Amino acid sequence: MTSDTMIKVTGDLLLDTLKSAKEEGYTLLLDITAIDNLYKSHPPMTRFELIYILRHENFKDVRSYKVPVGDPEIGVETITSLFASADWAEREVYDQYGIHFQNHKMLKRVLNHNEFVGHPLRKDYEITKGQYCTVSQDMMDEMKPLLKEKELDLQKDNLMVVNLGPSHPASHGTIRTLVALDGEKIVAAASEIGYLHRGFEKSCENHNYNQIIPYTDRLNYCSALMNNIAFAKTAEDMLGVTLPDRGIFIRIIVAELSRVIDHLVCLAAGLLDMGGQTNYWYLFNPRNNAYDFLSKLTGARLTNSYMRIGGMAHDLYEGWETDLDDVLKKIDFGITESLKMITHNRIYNDRIQDVSPVSAKEAIDYGFTGPNLRASGVAYDLRFSDPYYYYDTFDFNMVVGSVGDTYDRMMVRFEEMNESMKIIRQAMKRIPDGAINVPDKRIILPHKGCVYGGIEGMMNQFKLVIDGVKVPEGEHYGAFEAANGELGFYIVSDGSGTPYKVKVRAPSFYHLAAYPKIIENYQVADAIMTLGSMNIIAGEMDR
Amino acid sequence: MDVSNTHLLDEAVVTTKVDAVIDWGREASLWPFVFGTACCAIEFMATAASRYDISRFGAEVLRFSPRHADLLVVAGTVSYKQAPILKQIWDQMPEPKWCIAVGACASTGGFYDNYTTLQGIDEIVPVDIYVAGCPPRPEAILDAVMDIQRQLKREAKFEVRNTDFKGKLDDI
Repeated sequence: MTSDTMIKVTGDLLLDTLKSAKEEGYTLLLDITAIDNLYKSHPPMTRFELIYILRHENFKDVRSYKVPVGDPEIGVETITSLFASADWAEREVYDQYGIHFQNHKMLKRVLNHNEFVGHPLRKDYEITKGQYCTVSQDMMDEMKPLLKEKELDLQKDNLMVVNLGPSHPASHGTIRTLVALDGEKIVAAASEIGYLHRGFEKSCENHNYNQIIPYTDRLNYCSALMNNIAFAKTAEDMLGVTLPDRGIFIRIIVAELSRVIDHLVCLAAGLLDMGGQTNYWYLFNPRNNAYDFLSKLTGARLTNSYMRIGGMAHDLYEGWETDLDDVLKKIDFGITESLKMITHNRIYNDRIQDVSPVSAKEAIDYGFTGPNLRASGVAYDLRFSDPYYYYDTFDFNMVVGSVGDTYDRMMVRFEEMNESMKIIRQAMKRIPDGAINVPDKRIILPHKGCVYGGIEGMMNQFKLVIDGVKVPEGEHYGAFEAANGELGFYIVSDGSGTPYKVKVRAPSFYHLAAYPKIIENYQVADAIMTLGSMNIIAGEMDR
Repeated sequence: MDVSNTHLLDEAVVTTKVDAVIDWGREASLWPFVFGTACCAIEFMATAASRYDISRFGAEVLRFSPRHADLLVVAGTVSYKQAPILKQIWDQMPEPKWCIAVGACASTGGFYDNYTTLQGIDEIVPVDIYVAGCPPRPEAILDAVMDIQRQLKREAKFEVRNTDFKGKLDDI
């Protein structure tokens, strides 16, 4: 389990404290967020508190710092000088809570549009108060300082400024990158996100824990089940309960299957972007087979909502082994055929090898996790460094790249699918019989027979549906190795059935923050491939 | 009217209306512009892939320039930030044009009843077909395409459609 330690720091000591923490080995800044204490029953001295979450380079220990903010207009000192990943994280806090960060170079909104007034995650901002946006910003306020830094001039150096996206198939519909081009070469780039900001975190504050499960589906919609599990697991950790073994094994099987599906979509789309349409058919069709299995099991193809706090909706159906076995065979076939076409294919290899490499040190600095970090040669996988759900008892390997270029990022995903299938096959053999849900009436809905047949069961159902699962008061950061990297949920509970605050630590958010930096000095066509290889999922990036 | 088999016609003369010929051609050659933003776009990818194969209905020529397209498929959540872009794309498409709202979010905002999500794209652009589901299955998307095909046969020809539509972002 994640070992949580919360340290309180005052604003003026923040920079020094984090500096010494970094020297101690806490080199990976996971997330920055804030809490608005306006509606707390016993509020602390200040209305706003900042939370900094860091991970040690042993990839096991997590440390959080809590910083009270006296005046949000004055705010605290920026930590962008220590961690590159703090850049966008601080912008998000500024956008959502209106807390200022002194000396931040480009403190502007990142998720909401430029005409937005107010800060939506403040407790006194009404959830349904939408604001129309009439024109998109031109982004030159970000581009001009970039060009100045590099001593370039649009006119003198004959540069052309072009928008990549947002409405473009290769930009996945929602990512906009403004690039300054010298011929075909990108000399400066700035990305804009937030086009798919759907207010996940605000919605969480208005729904009870089990009602949030469908929202988590739509974070990373290519591997919806993993988000279900990550959220449910974090809430279960706060409740202090663990699933019975059968439940855990079902979670492992569907989670690993989701990882395979996620990688299939990423690689299929990535190869399609470079013109390899045949690979798209080979990789997309087995994914459809996997969805047949999932719709038979959960009733939905994409957004499954199969998990519940303390368990899952129902057990596996009869005959699932044969179906799943068949799916695995088809996926195996798809991967083999696809690899046959690209392994010794010069177009594939020449186009993506040594394109946009990210060194191990840079990757950590940018806050990379998951396959993108492993591609850079960092052996970090939560399933190994901090194993949960018996992952330490499975026989599988961690896939690690060497140089962290586009090629590595894609090939790591190819290999990871094989490792995940290994885990599924072992889990299918080892899965025990028995209960799937936590045997606790305060968490799990009673059997329908009891609900219709007796007053106790009916009251039990009523209380759980109306009030929700009551999670004990406290704050907890739960991390999960999702398909794209470390998916974290930071939950603040006030003891009721609705979370006081939920913050998602979305891997794609940090990957995209680094994207404009790593595509510099490469061509436009390379940038498209780099974006494809990083597997940016807008749902979890913009939330 | 089937003129694909020339042997059947031999040297006969067929009389018809110009409108009918154009509609017959248009029906099987809808060029969609996929405004894909979220989960529904992934299901649209499945619709275009070989199992569901949208080309069986003549709508596989996905053009990512609005000026080439006559069918706007809005697949996914549209936020207030995205809305001006959606409007710009719709305005760039030549007439006659049709629009499908795929999924709950595009149709009504879905369960994202909050500060950032547009409560249905019909606030910005006129919609011909709404597809239910979150996300809809590929079959439902195909059904919507077939619905458009049926609809375009019934309509007055060579006319600018939806002249009386007024979106929230028009005339600003």
